[in-house]
Amino acid sequence: MSTASPTHADPGVLPDVTPDEVTMADTPWVTVVWNDPVNLMSYVTFVFTSYFGYSKKKAEKLMLEVHEDGRSSVSSGTREAMERDVQAMHEYGLWATLQKAE
Amino acid sequence: MAGFVRDRRSKRVIATLSALEADLLRSLAAQLVELIHNERAATSTGSDPLEDLLDFSGPTTEPEDPVLQRLFPSAYHDDEEAAGEFRRYTEGGLRDSKSKAAESIIDALEEAGLPPDPNDPDLVIDVELDEGAALTWMRAMADLRLALGVRLEVEEDDQDYWDSLPDDDPRAQAHHLFEWLGYLQETLIDAVAG
Repeated sequence: MSTASPTHADPGVLPDVTPDEVTMADTPWVTVVWNDPVNLMSYVTFVFTSYFGYSKKKAEKLMLEVHEDGRSSVSSGTREAMERDVQAMHEYGLWATLQKAE
Repeated sequence: MAGFVRDRRSKRVIATLSALEADLLRSLAAQLVELIHNERAATSTGSDPLEDLLDFSGPTTEPEDPVLQRLFPSAYHDDEEAAGEFRRYTEGGLRDSKSKAAESIIDALEEAGLPPDPNDPDLVIDVELDEGAALTWMRAMADLRLALGVRLEVEEDDQDYWDSLPDDDPRAQAHHLFEWLGYLQETLIDAVAG
């Protein structure tokens, strides 16, 4: 059961909230992936592209951060969303934690 | 020794393994399944024994085995309570998922003709995986490498150490296996993503 899409957005909805503020309010948590000596760089990149849908370029940048800096924040969002991401990373065998965004 | 390639016509990912290689892979996967099931997930030992008895939901503390600690890590660094809650709701499902992925390797190898006790040196096992199976294999191979890597205490940039071991050192032999799994996983990633 679905209704047709509205032909125009209701300008009365959330008049005082800009998209940036919405994003800030909704993203106080991050998923951090930590370096480990076992997982292949190509595998970590593959996981970032296939799970998060990131471009190969972005996925490689994050993978290199993990490799060189020891860790990288790979996604941000609500605590619930980050728990889902961490669970997925563990399923792939990546070492991941979640924390409040700094 | 050949790895995975994508078959242009069927779009499937295929590999031809020697019976010895297939048998090794099966044996590693079987050990992982056994490890995951052997050390039962520890449930909380709270003050109320009845509550403990009725608590089927899942473990709240880290596994004892270092391999299992790595496969089921804490989701929170400095919040034991939150880590315990997360573990309670996720570790059971994660154990099932990892165990099933390893079992699917065993099943695929046996369906491809790997006998219980292969002794024919000329026997080869043709593995053929669709997209879903290839992703499952990729995850399971990551888990197998993590298990071996933790047991061998593999570290970053330690190749010189492994090269310095005599060939007949069992640790050197296990490390060869670890590297072979890495090669196989790398070819699988190339075949799927390339």
